[in-house]
Amino acid sequence: MSEGSAALPSPAPLRLGLIGSPNAGKTTVFNALTGLRARVGNYPGVTVERREGPVTPSEAGSRAIIAIDLPGTYSLDPISPDEAVVTRVLEGDIAEVPVPDALVVVADACSLERSLLLVGDVLRRDIPTCLVVTMVDELRARGGELDLERLEAALGVPVVGVVGHRGLGLDRLRALIGAPEQWSRPSIEPPADRYERGGWVASVVEAVVTQPAGRNALTESIDRVVLHPVWGTLLFGAVMVTFFQLIFAWATPAMDFIDGAITSVGASVRAAVGAGLLADFLADGVIAGVGSVVIFLPQILLLFSLLYLLEDIGYMARAAFVVDRAMGRIGLEGRSFVALLSSYACAVPGIMATRTIPSPRDRLVTILVAPLMTCSARLPVYALLIGAFVPATAVWGPIGLQGLTLLGLYLLGGGVALLAAAVLKRTLLPGEGLPFTMELPSYRWPTFSLWASQVWGSAWAFLRRAGTIILLVSMLLWVLLTFPQVEAPPSATPEQASAYALEHSAAGTLGHALEPLIEPLGFDWKIGVGLVASLAAREVIVATLAQIYASADEGASLRDAVRNDVDPRTGDRVFTSATVASLLVFFVFALQCMSTLAIMRRETNSWRWPAFAFSYLLVLAWSASFATYRIVGALS
Amino acid sequence: MKTTFNFTTGSECTLDALQASQSALIVEVDTSRPAGARLLDLGFLPDTQLQMIRPAPLGDPSVYELRGYQVCLRRADAEHVRVKIVAGAGDPA
Repeated sequence: MSEGSAALPSPAPLRLGLIGSPNAGKTTVFNALTGLRARVGNYPGVTVERREGPVTPSEAGSRAIIAIDLPGTYSLDPISPDEAVVTRVLEGDIAEVPVPDALVVVADACSLERSLLLVGDVLRRDIPTCLVVTMVDELRARGGELDLERLEAALGVPVVGVVGHRGLGLDRLRALIGAPEQWSRPSIEPPADRYERGGWVASVVEAVVTQPAGRNALTESIDRVVLHPVWGTLLFGAVMVTFFQLIFAWATPAMDFIDGAITSVGASVRAAVGAGLLADFLADGVIAGVGSVVIFLPQILLLFSLLYLLEDIGYMARAAFVVDRAMGRIGLEGRSFVALLSSYACAVPGIMATRTIPSPRDRLVTILVAPLMTCSARLPVYALLIGAFVPATAVWGPIGLQGLTLLGLYLLGGGVALLAAAVLKRTLLPGEGLPFTMELPSYRWPTFSLWASQVWGSAWAFLRRAGTIILLVSMLLWVLLTFPQVEAPPSATPEQASAYALEHSAAGTLGHALEPLIEPLGFDWKIGVGLVASLAAREVIVATLAQIYASADEGASLRDAVRNDVDPRTGDRVFTSATVASLLVFFVFALQCMSTLAIMRRETNSWRWPAFAFSYLLVLAWSASFATYRIVGALS
Repeated sequence: MKTTFNFTTGSECTLDALQASQSALIVEVDTSRPAGARLLDLGFLPDTQLQMIRPAPLGDPSVYELRGYQVCLRRADAEHVRVKIVAGAGDPA
């Protein structure tokens, strides 16, 4: 026997699709079946995450099974392209995704009366199906009783009760999914019509629910505070301040540490390789490029730790509920708020946080306006320009003109983001969208393994997908800033030689070539080179200007250098107040950040949206800078 | 015993007019727009009993409980549902 089976080729793995509404516990069941070995990808053409993973075998030699975590859905009758994914997978409509061999429908015991509407829909498909009923423990805690054997008889398919986070019922499920060809099939097909299916659900529920559950008393009493007009609003404010603080301030020590580590690794590589082009490439191109990816990790890990924790205990939906009306004014919804707030620290975690927004249109608009929020990378640029050109005079008490200018820039960015969202929602993505429907789940204790796998999944997705693009672009920019190499006159100091080399590099040539385009904004070629370099990341313009001005440091001496710079042809100052105002406004609007573009590419699954965001923000930046330059020029 | 505005037991209104803690029976859902079809999928079917739990601090959206779960709807979407009030906050249940 054994020698015979050893000669056989191993059969293709069984493909098992998991279907369920959001909050039914589908992801918990998926994680329990697969361990943490899910592969995350995208379905073609839509911004829907595709998760598949091999099922951990129940015993050695058992059949290989691939579990597919289909996106959460309430119905197989989709009203948006993103929702259509589930139906298309079941119909074999997506070329690279075969129709599952068997389906597991995951339903929450407490809301069985709702979940059975979807179950009835799935049972009409000609695919072997079994039902997993989750949260049986919560049903019992609320005084409810459900007869799973009668449910099995009523539906005609196998039914397994599972308490995912405690692992109860999982062995039975594992044994069951090994042989779907033995599953019983429904004797009577549920009705196709939605209204008739409502009647079918009522008859099933009457037969199987022996004792209806009461309300979740704990959730009810927590909600009396959390959704209270005063306390709820205060709590929401406190949570959001914590969020902001977390990404803005608490991530800083870790980021400074990474920054220092990258610099010292670069220095030791330079020392090991010896001065020269290779050392420069390794230190300034490769290692700095890796650094610009890794530097985001503390923010991403912290943001997602809190985000998923709040999501898992059930607060996220409440926060969205509290703030929804305000966001509705500009055409977005409550869940956009967290993403936009996070973008004040950095657009990269902010854009990743839009995953909690179910409406694809709202999600896209949020992604497109997120770069307008004043991120922390703009601060070094603002600090240089405000420090050099805005007098440190007190306006009122301790409030100075410099601080007010900074506040003004923050408000300008945030205000225009909201305006842009309203305009994009009405013009680019018009039409009637999905209704705003959001379940308020019962509060639950978070499970560590689910939380950890979600946080790690997000961080890994960033490193793999966005990281590679960021690294490539960073190496390309190094080449532009380094080649062609032109020898400086022998009399030049090292700083002057470096400035000379930069002026004659491809980026320097590009800066000169850009002059006709940026001259109306009051910028000369030196700012042009800075703008080219800042495509990597906004703050890079400071280091580039330091190099151009052959400045010894990026602090006081750079401030003096830009302040005293005069145009050799006219003898006028380069940085007039009109130019400074224009440059500040340019940085408020322009999307100079390859990491943001890379993460937009990853989250929208196409280059179309990053290209659109880059273009509309560039047009906006140019027009606003032009207007600012003219107005301030006329006033002074 | 206080009655809640004009919305007393037995009267019909749209779902968005329901006051906090009033219960109602769904009469009809307007499915001419996608929002209506989605509401059917969520279990807003005729003869289903539901209760308005509370509005958000800013007045909109509101939480409704039906079929053993709680779901938030904005006024603009709740308008698609006609209901018959079965018990109000001030009415004896």
